[in-house]
Amino acid sequence: MEFGLSEEQTLLVDSTSRFLRDQVSLDVVRKIAAGDSTDENVWSGLAELGIPALLISEDAGGINLGTMEAALIAEVLGFHVTPGPFISTAAMATTALSASKRVDLLSEMATGNCRVGVAFSEAVGARDKAGVTVTNGKLNGTALFALDAEAGFYLVATNQRTIYLVDRTDLECRNLTTIDKTRSTCELVFDNSSAELISEDPEVFARSLDMGRIMLSADTLGAAQNMLDQAVVYAKQREQFDRPIATFQAVKHMCAEMAAQLEPCRSMVWYAAHAFDELPLESRLVACHTKAHISEVGKFVARTSTEVHGGMGFTDLVGLHYWFKRIGFNRQLLGAPELLREEAAKLQGLVA
Amino acid sequence: MDLSFGPEYDTFRNEVKAFLTDQKSASPKGPGFGNDGKAWQRTLIEHGYTARTIPKAYGGYGAEPDILKSRIIAEEFSSAGVSQGLGGQGISMLVPTLLELGTEEQKQQFIKPTIDGDLVWCQGYSEPGAGSDLASLRTSAVLDGDEWVINGQKIWTSTAHLADWIFCLVRTEPDAKKHHGISFLLFDMKTPGIEIRPLVDMTGAANFNEVFFTDVRVPKDQIVGNRGQGWQVANSVLGHERDMLGNPNAALGRLNALFDLMNTETLAGQKLIDHPVYRDRLMQIQGRVMALRFNDMRILSSRLNPGQDATLARLIVKLQGTELRHDLEGLAIDAMGELGLAYEDNPYLRDSGSWQNQYMYQLGLIIGGGTSQIQKNIISERGLDMPREPRIAK
Repeated sequence: MEFGLSEEQTLLVDSTSRFLRDQVSLDVVRKIAAGDSTDENVWSGLAELGIPALLISEDAGGINLGTMEAALIAEVLGFHVTPGPFISTAAMATTALSASKRVDLLSEMATGNCRVGVAFSEAVGARDKAGVTVTNGKLNGTALFALDAEAGFYLVATNQRTIYLVDRTDLECRNLTTIDKTRSTCELVFDNSSAELISEDPEVFARSLDMGRIMLSADTLGAAQNMLDQAVVYAKQREQFDRPIATFQAVKHMCAEMAAQLEPCRSMVWYAAHAFDELPLESRLVACHTKAHISEVGKFVARTSTEVHGGMGFTDLVGLHYWFKRIGFNRQLLGAPELLREEAAKLQGLVA
Repeated sequence: MDLSFGPEYDTFRNEVKAFLTDQKSASPKGPGFGNDGKAWQRTLIEHGYTARTIPKAYGGYGAEPDILKSRIIAEEFSSAGVSQGLGGQGISMLVPTLLELGTEEQKQQFIKPTIDGDLVWCQGYSEPGAGSDLASLRTSAVLDGDEWVINGQKIWTSTAHLADWIFCLVRTEPDAKKHHGISFLLFDMKTPGIEIRPLVDMTGAANFNEVFFTDVRVPKDQIVGNRGQGWQVANSVLGHERDMLGNPNAALGRLNALFDLMNTETLAGQKLIDHPVYRDRLMQIQGRVMALRFNDMRILSSRLNPGQDATLARLIVKLQGTELRHDLEGLAIDAMGELGLAYEDNPYLRDSGSWQNQYMYQLGLIIGGGTSQIQKNIISERGLDMPREPRIAK
């Protein structure tokens, strides 16, 4: 029985962390968030480490690791609020395309040269005046909050959860600003757009969605861990009333409560990732609960860490808000907690 | 990642299952040290399902420690709803301490009757002026010839009224620093000078007591460890207690009962589970139970694989586990509406009043065994390496 990281997994985490610490500092993130730079260099650097190829099979040029490894990477990316299309291209699109015949596209994705965005939001919960329909093999309508505004292709889920692949040149892509500027999102507009059917199997859609939810959970875990770490460091440095504020129980207890809620989330992400690959009977339920629970904990940590920083937490100077917003973004995307818990209830036959 | 225990453990699990199928009918229905309980305890020791790693010489089964086998026994007994034998502070806390720090005579004298249920213990730690700050305790023991003479008062002493003996922290070195002036004594509760007064708790039970000592004379050699080392001795025991409180597998049992309740009980013609707000709260609790169960798997794994560090995962169990249970029991009461008020002999009582009792009892556990606030001090200091609060100069 072993519920923990292998030596290889630890090495993978360490090498990715080192790259991000050295090459993707908060200053780099700030420039990308401000639109003064793109995430191209970040993604090509990650590609040198094999990150886009992580989940791709060897026959398509990938390195065929598991969901656990992907979750560990997502956690590291969240920790460093790293921009880039990991969740869309490397996780969700890879999962959906691996079940299809587009091995050629996967080989391009493995090198980091091809980015495939994901437009699933309407299939999770369609908005008024949004949604994608199919007529004679052509797509019409609008998909909101598609991940990765720079992708060359998009996987689009219709309201019926059928997945199509659309070339960027066959649609109109409009950037959508969200609270989280470390992420690029867009609105896709289809007007009799040519599209290639990837899967009509709702299970393919659902697996890809589960994958996305686990990765978002892992990203929140990493981001929240960083916020907790920063709060502890700040509390030890900041002095008021002639002593570090870390000696005040009011402050210590805020940090302890963050740690107490966050630490079990690490095991939850590990288990959800393991279940995705090995435990099909419980995988979906665990994925729903994991994202719902970690979103709640993340919200608490984001708020509490900011409070521990006092006025500085509210400033752009410290930059804590990048993590705060990242956690907020992850919470809303692909199912907020209430929606996920209702899905969990349905999966257990509890909804009449 | 490998969540399986391996084939040899599957065989062991099947043995436990077969035992339970075979012998379940002989198991006692309730807790306690009655004749049923003692007979069942003997059967369990013979098969190695309790007192498993206690040496044969002291009345145990004498197996090598095996974390996974112990886990399998706990899981199978729990899912079969069968008593895993006698509990109480003597068996769960004193016996491990004696095995670690007791003299050979003490081991010979006390361990076998304790695990057999013939010698029942209570724990004399807390005092009216020494709760969270336990080391400030003032009950004194002064050596007079070959005897300690004990004076003072203990409080929150569970089962003192049923206990044959007490393991007790007393101050023997009044001039030493507070952590270095304490000794760990064992004595008979029938010794002259001991008075027990019951302390009724909010659930109506009188499990706790106040215990008063007036010139209680105890033989000099009834001490565990050396004079002044009682704090270290007690801490080896408190570690055992912290591992027991907040167990997420017990929460899973209650969660299943809550599912049953919400699937059967109705409100305004609708099952409770069909009310979206209550259903959402149930799902929140389920997510929290899951998180703590996976956390528990990580702790188990770290005990099997020495390279894994689960320090923080362990430190948070008592805090998170007891708060979760309190919220879980509270949801049942909220969802039942007025039925949640039913108590004691009320004919509309559900599940024998376990929701009301547990809601209050779990609050007791949030406070007892180191309050949630003390847990947060421990988490921040040992888990996050934050400094202690400065002491006020006297």
